[in-house]
Amino acid sequence: MWNLAPRRRNRGNDMTASDYNFAYLDEQTKRMIRRAILKGVAIPGYQVPFASREMPMPYGWGTGGVQVSAACLTPEDTLKVIDQGADDTTNAVSIRKFFEKTAGVAVTEKTAEATIIQTRHRIPETSLTEGQILVYQVPIPEPLRFLEPSEVETRKMHALQDYGLMHVKLYEDISRHGEIATAYAYPVKVEGRYVMDPSPIPKFDNPKLESAALQLFGAGREQRIYAVPPHTKVVSLDFEDYPFDPSKAPHPCALCGAEDTYLDEVITDDQGGRMFVCSDTDYCAGRREDAA
Amino acid sequence: MTPLLDVRSLTRTYGGRIGCADVSFTLWPGEVLGIVGESGSGKSTLLNCLAGQLAPDSGQVIFDTRAEGPRDVLAMSESERRMLGRTDWAFVHQNPRDGLRMRVSAGGNVGERLMAVGARHYGDIRADAVDWLGRVEIHESRTDDRPAAFSGGMQQRLQIARNLVTGPRLVFMDEPTGGLDVSVQARLLDLIRGLVRRMGLSAIVVTHDLAVVRLLADRLMVMKDGHVIETGLTDQVLDDPQAAYTQLLVSSVLQV
Repeated sequence: MWNLAPRRRNRGNDMTASDYNFAYLDEQTKRMIRRAILKGVAIPGYQVPFASREMPMPYGWGTGGVQVSAACLTPEDTLKVIDQGADDTTNAVSIRKFFEKTAGVAVTEKTAEATIIQTRHRIPETSLTEGQILVYQVPIPEPLRFLEPSEVETRKMHALQDYGLMHVKLYEDISRHGEIATAYAYPVKVEGRYVMDPSPIPKFDNPKLESAALQLFGAGREQRIYAVPPHTKVVSLDFEDYPFDPSKAPHPCALCGAEDTYLDEVITDDQGGRMFVCSDTDYCAGRREDAA
Repeated sequence: MTPLLDVRSLTRTYGGRIGCADVSFTLWPGEVLGIVGESGSGKSTLLNCLAGQLAPDSGQVIFDTRAEGPRDVLAMSESERRMLGRTDWAFVHQNPRDGLRMRVSAGGNVGERLMAVGARHYGDIRADAVDWLGRVEIHESRTDDRPAAFSGGMQQRLQIARNLVTGPRLVFMDEPTGGLDVSVQARLLDLIRGLVRRMGLSAIVVTHDLAVVRLLADRLMVMKDGHVIETGLTDQVLDDPQAAYTQLLVSSVLQV
């Protein structure tokens, strides 16, 4: 355990630094979560059950991601938090503030400067490097959940690699829509073994799952942690005659002009006006700075 | 010739009560075996034990596998048994809702077994599905409809197509015509009989409907209170029943 007293900021109230362990979690919880993370890293794509704690935020707002981030943070880390690619949305701002207050770590909006990035539903456009950790907030970790309601059965299916059902879902997509219409939470097979839900990232981001960074997934309500270690093989499921297609809106970014980024559609007035802008705000701002 | 299925003294109890006791028989390739008996006689227990859905207390179920010859199914690992369950075996449930995925289209239902054994070409899977729907008299235009939009008879035929698409060698049927009206029953029986004969399938048909076994089964096993009380060729057992219970059973059929 670290001696962190000097790093604590006393914000002028009665709370003293020694009231809290570093980065919010008590030591037992931190140990339990780190064990789950290590197990997850050892078995890529496998959902490790863990005793998720209550966090000071509602389920669905990133309780799993916050617990994983808190267990990974060290005083030397620099934290970045994004929500749908943006650094300045409510969820991102409050989680960033939370760790500024409880861990006193440095925060940043620059992808390249961060050592830990907690994300909801996106992978940053700037490619990640070794030494960085990407923490995903996961609502439903079980990729087979909507196909097979029983948890007993889905665990057995994972154990036996009985994944035919996943392709039934993709088959249904094609027969109904003429193409694989699953646009987010697109199922992947990790290291040729476990089928995994990459959290609701757009399928545009799926190729980026093969990354140099360590990727950790935390589902607080569902009490599961899983991981994709650096340089792990991640394959998006598809059919031979309907190969995986990481599609995006056919526009350049209206702000920075990038043509290879994932775009948000922004409604600008009630006359049908709209613009497409990068969903990754840091990447977009960086490009505009470079151009200026 | 090796028997396809060799069952040796299979026993399953539920606490102190007997499910089925000391059942032994052999099933030869291409043969259809009927199991009849009243409700609670252990027919379904026996069938579920054979199909690996229920663990028997003792006994052996030896299946002649394609790759490795005769093997005890009960000693196999769960994954081997599941593989068998979606390649060489098929299970037709009494209630099609138990055997179908009601929220998946008819084509997807038929294609599931193909995808489970590794088919990854959408066009081929769909062509197979349409072909099989045709064989069970479901029109191609219904391929993308969900089973919930089908009549009971169609659901049952869809269930059969879904099971036979991987070309199994052994089919377990649990009351395949239960809950259907007589004219639909007759057509379904006709269809099953045709498919069984044409594909050279072996089948074990559990039913309490003697007309079904008369039409489908080569051989008959009569069960009562968990025990097999009479076996023989179907016509022989039905026309000249020896056991008292079988006589009762045969004479209980209403003549129209």
